Amino acid sequence: MSMVPTLLKVEGLSKSYGGVHAVRSVSFELRAGEILALIGPNGAGKSTCFDMLNGQNMPDSGRIHLLGEDTVGRKPRAIWRLGVGRTFQITATFPTMTVRENVQVALVSYGRQLFNLWGSTAAYAREEAGRLLDLVGMGAYAERPCGELAYGDLKRLELAIALANQPRLLLMDEPTAGMAPRERIELMRLTASIAREQSIGVLFTEHDMDVVFEHADRILVLNRGSLIAEGSPEEVRGNPQVRAIYLGEGLVYDARHREGAGA
Amino acid sequence: MAFYFVQFLTGLASAASLFLVASGLSIIFGVTRIVNFAHGAFYMLGAYVAFTLTERFSGALGFWGGIVVAALIVAIIGVLVEMVLLRRIYHAPELFQLLATFGLTLMVQDIVVMIWGPDDLLGRRAPGFKGAVDFFGQNIPSYDLFLIALCPIVLGILWLLFQRTRWGVLVRAATQDRDMVAALGVNQKWLFTSVFALGVFLAALGGALQIPRDAVHHALDLRIIVEVFVVVVIGGLGSIIGAFVAAVLVSELNAFGILIFPKISIILVFLVMAVVLIVRPWGLFGKPEAAARRTPGLTVTPWRPLTSGERLMSLGALVLAAMLPLFAGNYALTVGSEIAIFVIFAASLHFLMSVGGLASFGHAAYFGLGAYGVAFLAKAAGLPMIVSLLLGPVLGLLGAAVFGFFAVQLSGVYFAMLTLAFAQIVWSIAFQWVEVTGGDNGILGVWPERWAASPANFYWLSLGITALVITVLRVMVFSPFGFALRATRDSPLRSEAIGINGKRVQWTAFVISGTVAGIGGALFAYLKGSVFPDSVGISLSVDALVMVLLGGVETVSGAVIGAIVFKAANIWLVSQTDLSKLVLGGFIVLMVVAFPKGIVGTLETIRNRRRSAGTKSALATSRIEVAE
Repeated sequence: MSMVPTLLKVEGLSKSYGGVHAVRSVSFELRAGEILALIGPNGAGKSTCFDMLNGQNMPDSGRIHLLGEDTVGRKPRAIWRLGVGRTFQITATFPTMTVRENVQVALVSYGRQLFNLWGSTAAYAREEAGRLLDLVGMGAYAERPCGELAYGDLKRLELAIALANQPRLLLMDEPTAGMAPRERIELMRLTASIAREQSIGVLFTEHDMDVVFEHADRILVLNRGSLIAEGSPEEVRGNPQVRAIYLGEGLVYDARHREGAGA
Repeated sequence: MAFYFVQFLTGLASAASLFLVASGLSIIFGVTRIVNFAHGAFYMLGAYVAFTLTERFSGALGFWGGIVVAALIVAIIGVLVEMVLLRRIYHAPELFQLLATFGLTLMVQDIVVMIWGPDDLLGRRAPGFKGAVDFFGQNIPSYDLFLIALCPIVLGILWLLFQRTRWGVLVRAATQDRDMVAALGVNQKWLFTSVFALGVFLAALGGALQIPRDAVHHALDLRIIVEVFVVVVIGGLGSIIGAFVAAVLVSELNAFGILIFPKISIILVFLVMAVVLIVRPWGLFGKPEAAARRTPGLTVTPWRPLTSGERLMSLGALVLAAMLPLFAGNYALTVGSEIAIFVIFAASLHFLMSVGGLASFGHAAYFGLGAYGVAFLAKAAGLPMIVSLLLGPVLGLLGAAVFGFFAVQLSGVYFAMLTLAFAQIVWSIAFQWVEVTGGDNGILGVWPERWAASPANFYWLSLGITALVITVLRVMVFSPFGFALRATRDSPLRSEAIGINGKRVQWTAFVISGTVAGIGGALFAYLKGSVFPDSVGISLSVDALVMVLLGGVETVSGAVIGAIVFKAANIWLVSQTDLSKLVLGGFIVLMVVAFPKGIVGTLETIRNRRRSAGTKSALATSRIEVAE
């Protein structure tokens, strides 16, 4: 493992809102090709943590080293330029464009053609967009209006958009929220296989424990803003503290009935 | 020293009306999320009705009773408007709400002239406050002191109303989450109606209380609404205390601005507004809005470039248009040139509004700047026509670069209000800086050179430039930049997450749009041979909005069709009736309520429906065949 580069290094990350410690001195690392899950009950600080990593929120203290750069205080678009793709808990796409155009816009941005006033977008990186759509199984929908897609397809489209800048790290906030159980498993299998193939690191938050235990290489458990456990799925499953706080009362296998309980 | 103190008190007295109107606007916005453009009209109606009542009934009771009854009467009119019109558009995009209430404003302007005539009316002095108080040799009207005292009293009453009554609690709850309040079993309809009635009452009271200080006339509505927009932008929309503080601030800036820049006192207000927007984009006491609703949102049909057949058709239409001088007379050619110019103007707004999702309510500013640019270059610098035509729009570009920088910091209704306020600033400069702009007399004698002087030649020139501009804009819509702009409009969150600097993209679009509007204005100056402050006026800005809306705000070519239809109808209408504002206003209201997709949008819907019906029947046939 020592040869694998560290993509993300977080040290002593803290954030409080008016005396409430949302995130308290959280530290962890993420290596290339590793799939890391961030879990915890509602209000544990997962979303706050995530927002600080992707530049939407300023930490009170702590360091974030993303792909070798200190990214505290940088805008989300600057962090994206470093090679970080991301998907949102509630999908964010461009509803008035076709599926292919959605990916093409991301490719336009990646190719730094945003202020090109004279070219044709339709012809820009058309094949590359098609390839990304094929990769997530959306090739057949390329010319469909994005506004007509079913929710599960939107999630896959988001994944294609997130892959457009050839990211080395994917940040996925509840990637399977709001999906049917079978779609969840398919989407995460797809994500995991792409990540392993291209050696992309993945950090995701998730409520569905089946998804977490099946796909995560490592799990971080947050409770009331602090990291209470870290380790392989087996270690976390066996950790009595985690069981008491989070996994107790048989929630492991009931998790899918609690979908929609957003963080 | 005494002089400055008196000036300070005058400012405070002017703040009273401004506060009443602005707080009404804020209360209505807080609950219904509608920025009521017609608020100025209700203010003006309050003044007119109060004038009539106080003239008819004498004595102190007649006067004070007249003021209160006037505000009540106007509030009842407001209730009717809310029930008949606003209830239909609470869920419409905010652009449509602004336009519908603006249509009302236009109607009220003509109705007021019909009832009270076009002349200024001087109201009675207030009984008991006719004199003046001496202050170290300076006179202060005692009515001003009354207004100064009234302002905090109204603030206190509003505070009690919202903090201490059940109704106030419901209103505050609805301001935070109106769906939740409805889910708790509160009758939303009547809550909205009562809030609207209170807001209108405050506006009308503000107007009624002005009659001892100011003449009543039919341009009061736009004057107050622009100031009120400035106040709520500074104070923060939805905050009553913000309205109070900002009303005092703006009034004082006006009172002292006159001493510093007598000609262009509004500059001072603008500078303060700019600083506030940079430091606190949602105003001093405002809260950031949740993500603004997207202005388009009626259809999701993706845009496509023209097919080769459609390109041929467009070219054919252009050739046909170019043949007009073969059979039309000079008047028709002049009308044709004017329509062509307005196609440019509408297309420039379309680029910002439909592609960029930024509905500018002051786009005439850049049109007018282009026109003044040409006038300065041709008259003052004596440059040849070609050079003036090329350089004139640069003034529009500069204006758009400066104002656009601030405007794109905001979105939605704030953007609309801010662009309107900027346009009004440009208008004030054009109107008041007589040495440079000629003020109301404008700049005359901007005639085209001989090669372009004949109506036919000028028409061909306008048509050629229009065709060029439309082509360039269309290419830009489908260029990578056009997609980046649409991406920013569709989802600011996603576009930021794929590395798009939304503000910079929108600013660029604003500058492009302002420059194109300036090209239209430059041609317009040569067409009319003169430039007047009207070319910067609000009504021209609204014409542009209506043209885009009429054509179809969600289509690529709507602006062109909308401009042609609207301008032709408008020229005809003005020649037919004196009540063109009433008709136009009624038309806008009707269009928003009944016809929101516009001409091209409706045609596209029909075509899509036919097409999908066609594929369905084809499917059905094949299925039958299989079954057989």
